[in-house]
Amino acid sequence: MKIKNLINWSKQNLFSSVFNSLISLFCIYLIIISLPPFIDWAFLSATFEGKLKTDCKTSGACWVFVKVWFEKFMYGFYPVENIWRINLSFLILILSIAASFFVKDKFKIYILFFLIFIFPIIAFILIHGSFGMQIVESREWGGLALTFILAIFGIIFSFPLGVLLALGRRSELPVIKYFSICFIEFWRGIPLITVLFAAAVMFPLLLPADTYVDKTLRIAIGIAIFESAYIAEVVRGGLQSLSKGQYDAAKSLGMGYWKMNIFIILPQAIKTVIPGIANTFIALLKDTPLIVLVGMAEILGMINLAKANPYWLGMAVEGYVFAAAIFWVVSYFLSSYSQKLENKYSTEKK
Amino acid sequence: MSKNMFKFFGSLALFAFVLSGTAVKAGTKEDVAKKGSVSCGVSQGVPGFSNADASGKWSGIDVDMCRAVAAAVLGDANKVKYQPLSAKDRFEVLKSGQIDMLSRNTTWTLSRDAGLGLEFVGTNFYDGQGFIVRKAAKVNTAKKLNNVKVCVETGTTTELNLRDYFKANKLKYEAVSFTKADEAVAAYDAGRCDVYTTDKSGLAAQRTKMKNPGEHTVLPETISKEPLGPVVRGNDQNWKDIAAWSLYVMIEAEELGVSSKNIDSMKSTDNPNIKRLLGLEGDTGKSLGLSNTWAYNIIKQVGNYGEVYERNVGAKTPLGLARNGSPNQLWSKGGILYAPPVR
Repeated sequence: MKIKNLINWSKQNLFSSVFNSLISLFCIYLIIISLPPFIDWAFLSATFEGKLKTDCKTSGACWVFVKVWFEKFMYGFYPVENIWRINLSFLILILSIAASFFVKDKFKIYILFFLIFIFPIIAFILIHGSFGMQIVESREWGGLALTFILAIFGIIFSFPLGVLLALGRRSELPVIKYFSICFIEFWRGIPLITVLFAAAVMFPLLLPADTYVDKTLRIAIGIAIFESAYIAEVVRGGLQSLSKGQYDAAKSLGMGYWKMNIFIILPQAIKTVIPGIANTFIALLKDTPLIVLVGMAEILGMINLAKANPYWLGMAVEGYVFAAAIFWVVSYFLSSYSQKLENKYSTEKK
Repeated sequence: MSKNMFKFFGSLALFAFVLSGTAVKAGTKEDVAKKGSVSCGVSQGVPGFSNADASGKWSGIDVDMCRAVAAAVLGDANKVKYQPLSAKDRFEVLKSGQIDMLSRNTTWTLSRDAGLGLEFVGTNFYDGQGFIVRKAAKVNTAKKLNNVKVCVETGTTTELNLRDYFKANKLKYEAVSFTKADEAVAAYDAGRCDVYTTDKSGLAAQRTKMKNPGEHTVLPETISKEPLGPVVRGNDQNWKDIAAWSLYVMIEAEELGVSSKNIDSMKSTDNPNIKRLLGLEGDTGKSLGLSNTWAYNIIKQVGNYGEVYERNVGAKTPLGLARNGSPNQLWSKGGILYAPPVR
């Protein structure tokens, strides 16, 4: 019965026409030639047990490499005895995001407030150290934790800034309007790598001799500003999709500019552009490895460092496959989260 | 354009979290003493030169150079903060004062020395481009490489040196170019080329990635000059001297037969050169503004040049770079390592 269903299903979906059949056959061929060797390399003849490169058989993947270096890939040079502080920060973040799915709507605003204003402070105090906790300079931050720190900082700060810029660009006040246009076009016009170089290398040259703004913070601010310009344009797209009637309706109820935007316009506009926002954030996450070029070691930088150890030479493929898997999982999580939000706030009748 | 950005960044700084920290003043040594550590710019991973292990500990020839300076100035070789830098931002980071010295397999060239406001303090490794071939090819000199396929990274000086060498020796070759070292090595290993060329220290590292490292041999010829050494800012003569002499005493110690293991028994020696080196005679530290045991600290904690070499890139390491016959041997043993007298 099931086999019959399968045959029917493939007749309908894979072999419905000559052209479709050709594409299907080609795809099946690709899977057949690429999948078995990969599975053999990654699992069947791979080595999982051991502590040294010499424990690895030559034919398959050497996952010992990832196992031994796992902590460095995740946390960089962060002191081992303090790693719980990073874990705790991310736990708080995950719990508060999870909570937003279960609490009543009226409490959600508090969670949002917490995430934007309180959480960054808590996370900074935990990760950087203060109140008697050992100070860990940002120089020692690294690995996947640094990837997340930069991405989350970027998301938390670029989103409100982007929304303000989008509103500013549609403002009727010329100063605000043209400032927003210049700002957005300027930051969209330069590549991220320029921003990173300016923040990491050139900015300190312009500071007075005895001030010092932390390098990681400079980079994080650079990324947040850069991304805010993109968010602004995405949100502006949402604003333009609203009919003028919405504005008129809000005004006729006697709402002022902010009340109208916060309660009527933005909720509708942002709802329609959730996919675009998710897009921007996933791109932001995947852009973070660029910071390798300014000497910071996020997960890819740590993998590069690890494979340059004389006792671990030749582990590039294992390292990169591991990085790819991590990025895929995180990006997949982000996109499915955005789909959930989309469904949740969808007002279309299903 | 960029001016606008700087203005913007400048105003942003007012809101940013301002931490007091390293300041660029004339006296790097005083700064280092105050901070209690040397910030040293290293690579993001070059085997044997600067690389980390899975516990986060740095090692390598360049790392030992940082450790030597820390031992000289602070009396403790472990008081180093490592700052990994990319090849692109290394000089700017040094100039802006974010690090005290750069020890990152950097080739000493005229344009860098004279044009950047920086000072090269010496050479801690003489590198140069070489060739690796299969032993089965039975070639023992690069002069016999005629009508061969050479795997090379594109867009590097390596490619240009290769062309010059074959042209000068009237040999024919076909270059197979790749953008990444890993790809070039893989292609050579797969038999697409007869020869792979890059800097000799790199050849040693790449060889360990091949399927059967024992089947390949590095030819003796070195076709380019790549003197690698530490760099400091050009406005601090004292700091430059400290870095330079930290390197020299390691070479001098080897020449005098002083190592980290025998240094304490050497204290009873009658040799005035060794006595001066250990700070038992004269005051070598005074003119550098250091304590008289500065050289003792370096040798005791880091070792002499030979120990540093063997520990990081020598025959017993995976890189297995033989020292005899290379320029990185003492002048008295056929190399070109020569330290001015410590007196």
